[in-house]
This record gives sequence, structure tokens and C-alpha cells, in this order.
Amino acid sequence: MTDLLRPKAIGQSMNRRDGIGKVTGTVPYAYEADVDAPAYCHPVQATIARGRVIEVDTAPAEALDGVIAVLTPGNAERLADTDDAELAVLQDDTVAFRGQFVGVVIAESPQIARAAASLVRITYAEQSHDVRLSADRTDLYRPDKVNPAFETDTAQGDVAAAMASADVTVEQTYTTAMYHNNPMEPHATVARWDAADGGRLTLWDSTQGVHPLRKAVAGVFGLAADQVRVICPFVGGGFGSKGTPHAHVVLAALAARALPGRAVKLALTRQQMFAVVGYRTPTIQRMSLGAGRDGRLTAIALDVVEQTSRIKEFAEQTALPTRMMYAAPNRRTTHRLAALDVPVPTWMRAPGECPGMFGPEVAMDELAEALGVDPVELRVRNEPDRDPETGLPFSSRNLVACLREGARRFGWAERDPRPGARRDGRWLVGAGVAASVYPVHRMPESTALIRFAADSYVVEIGAADLGTGTWTTLPQIAADALDVPVDQVAVRIGDTAYPMASVAGGSSGMATWGSAVVEAARAFRAKFGADPADGDEVDADVPANTAQQRYAMYAFGAQFVEARVDVDTGEIRVPRLTGVFAAGRIVNPVTARSQFIGGMTMGLSMALHENSVLDPRFGHVVNHDFAEYHIATNADVGDIDVHWLDEHDPHVNPMGTKGIGEIGIVGTAAAVANAVHNATGVRVRDLPVTLDKLLPHLP
Amino acid sequence: MMMRPFDFRTAQDAATAVRTVAADPSAVFLGGGTNLVDHLKLGVASPDLVVDVTGVTSDRIEKRGDRLWIGAAVRNSVLAADPRVRRRYPMLAEALLAGASGQLRNMATTGGNPLQRTRCVYFQDVTTPCDKRQPGSGCSAIGGYTRYHAVLGASEHCVATHPSDMAVALTALDATVHVLGRAGERTLPFGDLHRLPGDQPDRDTVLEHGDLITAIELPALPLAARSRYRKVRDRASYAFALVSVAAALDVVDGTVRDVRLAFGGVAHKPWRARRAEDVLRGAPATDATYRAAAQAELADARALDGVDGGNGFKIPLVARTMVAVLGELSAMAGAR
Repeated sequence: MTDLLRPKAIGQSMNRRDGIGKVTGTVPYAYEADVDAPAYCHPVQATIARGRVIEVDTAPAEALDGVIAVLTPGNAERLADTDDAELAVLQDDTVAFRGQFVGVVIAESPQIARAAASLVRITYAEQSHDVRLSADRTDLYRPDKVNPAFETDTAQGDVAAAMASADVTVEQTYTTAMYHNNPMEPHATVARWDAADGGRLTLWDSTQGVHPLRKAVAGVFGLAADQVRVICPFVGGGFGSKGTPHAHVVLAALAARALPGRAVKLALTRQQMFAVVGYRTPTIQRMSLGAGRDGRLTAIALDVVEQTSRIKEFAEQTALPTRMMYAAPNRRTTHRLAALDVPVPTWMRAPGECPGMFGPEVAMDELAEALGVDPVELRVRNEPDRDPETGLPFSSRNLVACLREGARRFGWAERDPRPGARRDGRWLVGAGVAASVYPVHRMPESTALIRFAADSYVVEIGAADLGTGTWTTLPQIAADALDVPVDQVAVRIGDTAYPMASVAGGSSGMATWGSAVVEAARAFRAKFGADPADGDEVDADVPANTAQQRYAMYAFGAQFVEARVDVDTGEIRVPRLTGVFAAGRIVNPVTARSQFIGGMTMGLSMALHENSVLDPRFGHVVNHDFAEYHIATNADVGDIDVHWLDEHDPHVNPMGTKGIGEIGIVGTAAAVANAVHNATGVRVRDLPVTLDKLLPHLP
Repeated sequence: MMMRPFDFRTAQDAATAVRTVAADPSAVFLGGGTNLVDHLKLGVASPDLVVDVTGVTSDRIEKRGDRLWIGAAVRNSVLAADPRVRRRYPMLAEALLAGASGQLRNMATTGGNPLQRTRCVYFQDVTTPCDKRQPGSGCSAIGGYTRYHAVLGASEHCVATHPSDMAVALTALDATVHVLGRAGERTLPFGDLHRLPGDQPDRDTVLEHGDLITAIELPALPLAARSRYRKVRDRASYAFALVSVAAALDVVDGTVRDVRLAFGGVAHKPWRARRAEDVLRGAPATDATYRAAAQAELADARALDGVDGGNGFKIPLVARTMVAVLGELSAMAGAR
């Protein structure tokens, strides 16, 4: 049990400290780094999906006025560490996926670089490629672990026997599409190599973690960590795609090392982002549920097939939530991968939980229908009293309260359980529900420094603000930890000049950096008391979350959706979403609401719109721009009612927070699909839910 | 993926603009730029000379007799807001407002909108073969991603669709196009402006290089006062049509006296549904008639297979949409 901070600033609605700077366009993003006379670079991308580069003719590109250099596999610097194949840029002549970098042009302007890149002539030895994901492949393999280090498979009891003897079963295959993260700010890197003093590399990069990025880049180039500085005070979204460095960072750094002393700027185009900065793997989810007539699950199993790149494994932990969501004596989860000639998948908002709560939560809806039980009640009936797999008690678990409160706010009682029964003019109207979950993560490494100067406290930690609100929420935590007004606290983040901080990922930022800040504040008060002198400073590391050995820690939520389907055209519109979450203590209601709304909107977008169409003949995503890769726009989003329960969890960390960046996207797509079923009677098991899947079944 | 240097000129008058572009095979007109600028960035277009013509044609909408004359430089947003358009040709205002975004409509011109090119993903990606972009290279869409592709009038060289909403309404409204070419002024029916791909998919229209649209004229067409444009799309806004229907309907005593029908999103050109119109004229204004008319129009429709399920759904979709729109219009007639 932790002594929770007495909340004064925590829990207060506070506007973003960087808000005015952002809306007036005065805060610098990576590409806007204030550097003298930069050069610009533009990548050359492979136009085959597998093979070798035989010959590169750079002469036409080099002949263009303003071209400084063209780097190719033939002349690029050899990197010190090429173990991470995604980052081993221009190191050999192999092409592992279409769109992979096979060169870069450095020029005096971005336009010249782009024009010259199109003039680089490459001759390939093309090999046949294979990018088709299917559950029938004979070369599916079992990864050693799933992201980041979870068991690949788990099993308890005898699922087959339980399914055979169950009163009611649901056995269905569900699929989620390939998705691209698409933050508003495209990935951008500015790199400058100063050769003096043994060399120093400075990177202004749009990243979710300056320190993890520094570590990776230093390793690739064989530099000491203190030879690399990474600066990133502001990020225009990342959703995981800026959580680990991608090839463009190394490409920009290579370009900079070819031009010592001069900064080189690289901004990816939206189309390039579809090839080189990661994506969410498509998933094939074979779901089995067995239950008694009383609605209690006797078996629950999820067998997942998904893809990775042939050059680097990323195994999405899709079956994780199935391991802990509902009680059942017989359980199984498995993950199998196809290694394809495709770009490397990566984290995308709630990796694992987001796709992994689609199949299971639609299956629960199907089970509820088969049993004639209300879908809310079915979930309540299967509430476990302990984590079903580990046997640990939950530090707090308020799924049932979320379902009940959500049902009340949404007006769930008015739902007609009979599919296709409600009609409003030309609209078929339905309602659906699904549960949300996200684990509480605390990263092992982060250090906060607190210094007193000129009557205020400066907190330094190399943390990130992706747009989530760190600039604003971290001072709230520091203020309460120091027991001072929040305006007496300044924070400095987004620079490796500040102490080590973990990546902004896994909804772990507040829990990790906040815990380090609290630790530092307590150390500061212990050392200097309530009346410190100017210059007094102390730093402290985040303590390990030892309570995690005794408790299962998760945030929970419930999402309710009203869907309307045009009876003539099958067009689907969602006028309202209700989300109720139990995610520990909420640090700042203003920024938290934005996180939940953003997550739910992204979930709606996943349900109805987003779909990266990979053309297997070419091997690349062909709808690689915002006209064709649809993301929900304002007109697609109606009323979003976000509510959270006051949840007191003394075990998670001193702030009592669970992390809220990702849970909002978890379950939304299932709730939408369930609502569409209630509206139409059509069960769509393959995302996105689009009108062509409804049309044949409409009256 | 390139941005080649090019010369840029602002034309002083239409005749000079036409002479300049007609004399230079690599010259293009620039209107609002909402499509051409994309093409410059993507490498789909690589002109040596860009001639801005937004100042050389009229930006006025004028009543000429019982017709409405629209200068080529009239912005889409202005046309959509014009009270005469909204009252006499509601399908045109609806089509304009269903297209693009507010910002794009503020830029896009009456002359330029019909000349925008297909958004076929392969046409727009210079790393994939495309007979429209590079004749003789083949059609990548056949067997590829065909959700936005044609079910009517396609060829083995091209299965693309025309993206304009406005053009569908103009086709249904029997509009006239005024063109200035090297040989002087001429007019042609709007419905004859666009062509099917055949074996020349690089040619979207019948216009010659250097031809400049100077105005579009709408006939009186009283039945258009009761008309609709219905656009069906995956996203509520900012999306091209999966299918669309422009319809005007005149019903007297339960019988269809006259009708205008055109489809969008189904062919290389805005698709005037003349077979359906023929079935409808003089027939009872019932859903059964509407369905029969749709069936007649779509008798030759052909679905494309594809990597994302193909586009077979568009055939019943356009039929259902047409039946719904006609039903809505006849209900309006009954309510009058």
C-alpha cells in the first residue's frame, strides 16, 4: 500500500501550459528546429517488394543544380551496429519490402531533393514476394514471446472438452484490418554532426522518447550516449509510431554525417509514412466461448494469427486481454506469426488490447444473443474475483460499475434486444456495448531532478508530451508532492539534457515519470526541508512497482454506442458514444477528457473507416493518403459522453493513477459492430464495418 | 514523387491563354489548382508551363433569358450558394456541397471541376503501371483495389471513375459547355464532354489540348426545381462517392411525366441514365417502376474483382439509391 498524495493540484482542471503557443503556431516542432543554413534530404524508396539493388545511377540526380550528395548502399557509411535490420539503412543491397529506403538525396532545398530523388535510377534483381496473411499458411510460427515480453501461449484446463459439453458455444473468426498510426505531425528529423571533440550528433526528432531514441541511435553509430543529444519539446501525436526510432532517423543522421557541421532536415511525406514508420498488424482471431445456460463461461479461448516483417519480428500481444477479462475454468490463448515481405509493424495505440478486444467482445455479444441474456448482464455474470490466470487479486477492478453507470447514462434500458426492431424514418437504429481494459504499466527507468531557484521549483526529466498534456500534468503532480502551489513549479522535458526518462508508451508516462517526481520531491524535502536555499537540488529514480507482484493492475471501462444504418444504402452513422472509465485518479480532467475522447474517436474510426489496403501484387499500401485512407472526420463523430468513476487505488503508485492514453480506443470497435448488429441483424466480424457488408442483408 | 521546375504565367485574356497552351504540348491551364497541384507534387503531371486562367474567364452567374449562365471562374462555393441555383436546380447545389471541403470549394472553379482527374490510387501512384497516366503500361486497378472503380462502360485499359459530383448534376441537367479553342468558340452538350476510356484512357474528355472552358449554361428545365443529389460514401464528409444519383422528377396524377437521371462513381464519365429515363417516362410513379428502370439501366453493369472484396456491391447500391431518391422526389410531389 502506497501513501497516496493528498490531491490539491491533482484533480484540478487546468488548461494546457503550451496551449496558447500551439494554437498560435509559436512552439517549435522538430522540423522547425532553428538551425543555420540547413540542407534538406529526400529518401529514395524501393519500387519492388523483394530482391536486390543491382545498379544505382545517380548521375541524373547529381546533375541537378543544388544537389549536394546522393547516398546509396554503395557509398553510405558503414554503421557500427546493424543488428536491428529496420535501422540498418543503406547497409547492403537487399530489398525486404516495397518502399524501403535504398538511397537519399541531400540538396539545398526540399524541392530539389525531392525532384532529384525521382531521378535516381535503380536497377533491381527482383524476386517473387509474399505479403498475403492467412490463417491457412503452413509457415506460421510461434514467436518466443509477444510484445514486449509476455508469454506467447497460455492454457488452463481443457478447452476442447469444455466446449464439447457447453450448453451454448460461440466459435467464430474475427479479423481486424491493417492500420497506420498517422499522427497529425508527420515524422521529421533534423540532424547535425559536429566533428570536433570526437564528434557530437544533435537530433531534433519528433519522438515519444528522447532518451530511448538516443540510446538506439548511439548504438547504431557506435557512439557514446553523451555524444548524442536529442531535442523534442513538442510532438504532434505519435500513437506509438514515434515510440521507437524508424529508418528515417538513421537516414537523416547518415546524411548529416556526410555534411559535418551542417544541419540536414528530413520530413517524411504522408505517403512515405505508410511504408517506413510502422503500422498495426492485421489480425485473424479465432474465438471460442462456451457457457452454461446460466450464462457463466466454462471455456474461453483465442487463437491469433498476425504478421510481422521478414527482417524484424514484432509480435502484437493480441490475446492478452482474453487472459484476464472474464472468469472461466478452461482457457487458452495462442499467437502465431507469418513473416512476410512487408514493412515492420509496431506499436499503435493500445497494441494488443485494441485489436484483442474486438473479436472477444463481439463474441460476448453473440453469446448474449444466443443465451437471450442482456450483454451487460452477461459481462457482469462473468466477472472474476481474481485475475483468472495469475490468481492475483485486482488492485481495483470496477468494470461492473462502469457497465452499470454507462448503461444508466446511455439509456441502455430503452434498447430493444431484437435486432432490426427499431426504425426512425429511413434509419435502422441499434445500440451496442463492449468492455474496455488497459494494464497499468510502470517503466523501470526514469529519473527526475528537482532544483529550487528564485522561489520556484524546477523539475527536469527527459519526458515527452505527445499532445497528451505532460507539460501541464507533471507540474500538478510535482506541486502536490512538494506541497506548493502549481504555479510555483516549472517543468523541463523533451531533451536528453534532462535526466533519463522512459518512452511515452503503454499509458505509462504519468505512472513512471510521476512516480520519479514524487520520489525526488520526497527526497528533496527530506534533505532540504520546507525552506530550501537557491540552488538546492536532488534527483531520484522511479521506484520499482513491487506491489505488481501481489496485485493485478488494470484500468477498466465500458463503451456504449448508438448506430444508425440507412435502410436503402447501408451507410452507417454513429450519433453518440458513451464511455465510462475506472482508471484510478484523474490528474487533470481537461486533458484526460481529451485523451478519452481521442481514443474513442480513433476506435470509431477503426470500426467504420480505417483500412490500409495492401495490394499483394505490388506489396504496398495503395490507399496511402488521407483522401483514400479514411479517418473519422468531424462529421462522423456525434456526441461523445465521457465519464469516469472516482476510483481509489492505493496500490498502483503514489498518485493513484492508472494511465489513460490508450484505454479509450479499446472496445470501441466491438461496441460499434454490436450496435450495427442490433440495428440490422447483420453480424459483421471483419473490420471495418462498411455498407457493402450490410447491403445484401438489408430489406 | 517529384516537383519539377516549370514556368508560370498569368494569362491576360482567354484568347492568349488558349494560343499559349495550344502551342505548347507541355503547357497546362491552372484554375483553382485543387487537383493539378496534387499532380505536380505526385509527379502525375509534369508540365513545363503552367498558365493561370482564373482571371480570364467570367466569375459571374447571369440570367440569360430563361437560362442560367455560369462563368468558368465562378468558385464552387459561390455557385452552391447562389439563390437561383438553390431554387431552380437544387441538385446542383447539393452536388457541390457534397464535394470536397469548404476550403477546396472556395478554390475550385466551375471550369476546372469537371476537368479534375480520377482519384484511382494507381493513377496517382507513379510507381504502378497505369494506362491513363502512361498509355501502354497496363491497368493496375484491374485485379487491384477497385472499391472506387467503374461498373459501367469500363475497358480493359481503364476502370477508373470520374470523381466530380458537380459534373453528375450538370449531366442530368442537360447543361451546355462553352469552349474557346484555337478555331474560336463552340458549344457542346455537357453530357458529351466526358468520354468512356475505350483504348484511349488518357483522354478524359473530348476537348483538344488548349481548349478552355469559358462558361457552363443551364437550360430552364422547370422540373429541376424538384431535384436531388444523393451521394453515398463511406465517410460522412471528405470522401469521394461510392455511388451517387442526381435526379429530377415530374409526376402528374401518379404518372412520371418527365425525369432526369445521372449516376456518379460508376463510370469513367458522369453516367446519364437514359435507359432508365425511357422506362420511367409515362410509367406509374411506383417503386416497382423505379426498380425496373434501375434494372434496365444496369443491365450491362459489370463488377470488378479486387483485393478488398471488389466493387460488385455498387450495382445493387446504385439501384437502391436511385429507387430511394425517386421515391423521395415523388413523395415531395405528392405533398405539394
